[in-house]
Amino acid sequence: MLDNIVFGGYIAAALLFILSIVGLGKQETARSGNAFGIAGMTLAVLATVIHTFTREWNTVGFVLLLVALAIAFTVGLLYSTRVAMTGLPGLVALFNAFGGQASAAVGINSALQVESYPVLSDQIVHGVTVWAAVVVGALTFSGSIVAFGKLGGRITSRPVVLSARWLVMGLLGVGLVGSLAWYLAAPNIWPLVIAHVLGYLFGILMVLAIGGADMPVVVSFLNSFSGWAGALSGFAIGSDLLVVAGTIVGMSGIILSIVMARGMNRSIANVLLGGFGTADSTGAAVAMLDADGNPLQAVSAGADEVAGWLREADSVIIAPGYGMAVAQAQHPVAELTRRLIAQGKTVRFAIHPVAGRLPGHMNVLLAEARVPYDIVLEMDEINDDFPRTDVVLVIGANDTVNPAAMEAGSPISGMPVLHVWESRQVVVFKRSMAAGYSGVENPLFVRENTAMLFGDAKASAEALVHAVGAPAAV
Amino acid sequence: MRIGIPDEAPETRAAATPATVTALLTLGYDVVVQAGAGARSSFPDHAYRDAGAAIGTADDVWSSDVVAMVGEPSPAQQALMRPGQVLIGFLHPRSDPALIEALAARGVTALSMDMVPRISRAQSLDALSSMANIAGYRAVIEAGHAFGRFFTGQVTAAGKVPPAKVFVIGTGVAGLAAIGAAGGLGAEVTATDVRPETAEQVESMGAKFVKVAEVEEVRSSDGYARDTSADYAAKAAELYARQAATVDIIITTAAIPGRPSPKLITAEMVESMRPGSVIVDLAAAGGGNCVLTRPGETYTTDGGVTIVGYTDLASRLPGQASQLYGTNIVNLLKLLTPDKDGELRLDFDDVVHRQMTVVRDGEVTFPPPPIEVSVAPAAAAAPAPVAIPTAAAPPDQWARFRMVLMLVAGWLLLSLLLPGGFLSSILVFGLAMVVGYYVIWGVEPALYTPLMSVSNAVSGITIVGAITQLTSPLLSVQIIAFVAIVLAGINCVGGFAITNRMLAMFKRS
Repeated sequence: MLDNIVFGGYIAAALLFILSIVGLGKQETARSGNAFGIAGMTLAVLATVIHTFTREWNTVGFVLLLVALAIAFTVGLLYSTRVAMTGLPGLVALFNAFGGQASAAVGINSALQVESYPVLSDQIVHGVTVWAAVVVGALTFSGSIVAFGKLGGRITSRPVVLSARWLVMGLLGVGLVGSLAWYLAAPNIWPLVIAHVLGYLFGILMVLAIGGADMPVVVSFLNSFSGWAGALSGFAIGSDLLVVAGTIVGMSGIILSIVMARGMNRSIANVLLGGFGTADSTGAAVAMLDADGNPLQAVSAGADEVAGWLREADSVIIAPGYGMAVAQAQHPVAELTRRLIAQGKTVRFAIHPVAGRLPGHMNVLLAEARVPYDIVLEMDEINDDFPRTDVVLVIGANDTVNPAAMEAGSPISGMPVLHVWESRQVVVFKRSMAAGYSGVENPLFVRENTAMLFGDAKASAEALVHAVGAPAAV
Repeated sequence: MRIGIPDEAPETRAAATPATVTALLTLGYDVVVQAGAGARSSFPDHAYRDAGAAIGTADDVWSSDVVAMVGEPSPAQQALMRPGQVLIGFLHPRSDPALIEALAARGVTALSMDMVPRISRAQSLDALSSMANIAGYRAVIEAGHAFGRFFTGQVTAAGKVPPAKVFVIGTGVAGLAAIGAAGGLGAEVTATDVRPETAEQVESMGAKFVKVAEVEEVRSSDGYARDTSADYAAKAAELYARQAATVDIIITTAAIPGRPSPKLITAEMVESMRPGSVIVDLAAAGGGNCVLTRPGETYTTDGGVTIVGYTDLASRLPGQASQLYGTNIVNLLKLLTPDKDGELRLDFDDVVHRQMTVVRDGEVTFPPPPIEVSVAPAAAAAPAPVAIPTAAAPPDQWARFRMVLMLVAGWLLLSLLLPGGFLSSILVFGLAMVVGYYVIWGVEPALYTPLMSVSNAVSGITIVGAITQLTSPLLSVQIIAFVAIVLAGINCVGGFAITNRMLAMFKRS
């Protein structure tokens, strides 16, 4: 009877996970979605603990469980309450690493527990799933750790490509296949250990070669991998709950990767192969010249001048990018927004799908700065409104507002971009004239209706808040 | 460069409204509007001035670099023109070659708004369609004015009133607009067209499509209907005769640009209509679809049928017509002013520029080389702005079915080799993939970060696997399980906690 309740608990937990994602679909229900997830997880853990320890009591095991949970709660809560929202992408990557490593450990353990198989097909199926759980879990761990380093600036965010990369990758591939063959032929722990180490190396090499701005795709993809690793370990130990939960996570990561890659008009393979943005930019330089071949000059403006434009504007759109997060400028930007709205202007935000270092990163940062989510719009919702907009503030974005994407022959051709240049006046907050992540020059900066507001985005935004003045008394 | 908007009295429309003046200014042009140009479409001079235009005399307008107008310039206006000037308007090059010659002699460049090619890129400047849309609506209003009855059916204390029956011939832009307007007033609408593929559009607007029996293929390469064969005409005539005897109102829209309109409604058909019935002939400018139509005139036959032959239906809604036409002009100038610097650049490599230009610097460039329109070879030659996307050839559903059957067969073979517990896990896996796919596409992009951190937390479910391994007699297994629980636990707790923190921040205004 207890077994029935436990099994029923597993089914309920799987459904609760699905309801969790359904709830997360809409702003209005998102918090209940999270609660569904917590309920599902609690139910699953309780059912498992009861099932495991009523069947066979083990004091050492139970003590280990309590200690492990105590550590997990302490560390998990500490991290998640202390981290700044700008450090969120790194934190997600780090948690992801832990999830992947846990799956690999469960896979190894299930190999350790099995001494012999009744039939050959069991041995093959179990062998392949265990091996795959270990490899995928290991590469999720190391890849996520490298992504964590890149996102936090601990590792260079430029793509690092080994000269003999394909040779090394090839050798790794051969080693992995060899370890599988060995494990299937003679199930023991050593081929799995080798597979585990090779998985680490593979993850490191793969993510090192990918540049910082491609991290939204990488983090989504690794997120997906941690899900598949969980599903594989579910196959390995015969737990359908793990299979369901892992699969949903895997699908979620894959879909997010697709969305992000589409936002750059690149394939997932192109992103994951890495090396993007290291090539010399050609072709784009032409766009920076005027009809006579002279270089076009960008016009710079001061905060007071920009404030003057804002005072006269009726409608303003703010297009933020990763630079806003780096400069921590979201709070003064939000304050500026509040003042402009109080002065009776329409102010909205235009979010490009790949702005930031995580899918939806900008939305979270703006929410943190108390910008209401109903004025934060997706690219497709707002792209037609630029011609009717007086002033567009581009804050720390570059490739996502590059008109070169509309023309053929550029590395970013065909990438959907925010058409900010169609507005009456564009102001670009930027430190320098440097090219964006893609390495492509941005002809937006030298357009007639563009002014550059040079300097740190946070300082510039604060200066603007000051210059725009207090909200008009209503 | 300066754009001039002349007063075209007695024409009620103007080629610009205050709203379109603003748009022209953003393209870098100056705009001068002749005093009184918008008066008949209820746009007073001061409204143009407020929008940023200068108000000037005829001389000011006709000395501009570009003159945009609705109709054709009068001889007096032509006399004011100078070489190098650009003229835009409905110039009717097919029916009025003399005007084209005269313009060429002046040394100007002329673009005709009735020469917009019917390609999707040019839809926004297709003035024929925007005017046809207005004419179609107005046709119904004129019919309602002449028709001495309700359009809509009613049940009153004094008895039941049947709805008016309206028959629309030709379901291009004007026809569809007429169907919409008549349906909106409550009439019972039927319609027909030589292109049977328009039936879907007609039905989508709530009208009934009646087909001419045994239709042969009628396709055209430029999106307009053409003259049809005699055999077809005879069958169509039968249909029109049947309809004429039963309906109250006939609206004909079968006009062929630059050619006399086909005669579809005979005197006998008119005679067969009930007294009080109405015919509105939108093809009156080309002689009319009804043999009894008097172009430009409305009169009642001896049999009591009112025939509306106005050729200026669009001008009878001048405010709307000016706004739509003005917007067409703005869109044309957008195309002609790629750099938005107020400099008009004619590029004969662009098919739209080429087709519309009837005179270039004093040289007649009409007729333009024929173009093949992309819509023609497709399954349906859809009329431009109201076009419903033409369905591509439906994918062969049986090819897919066969492929799936083969996959199923392969799977059955494979399953012979797999252990039973694994098979049930595969079922769960497959279903979870399908559910996950649909559920996750339903998530708003703004919530992608919370989605990611929650799914991250859910992937900590491996903690469940690790817990089952805690009771192993092997200490090594227990220790590895302990590590896995710590890691997966941090993943879970941290993931849910950070999501909660994030979601608490999302607030509405």
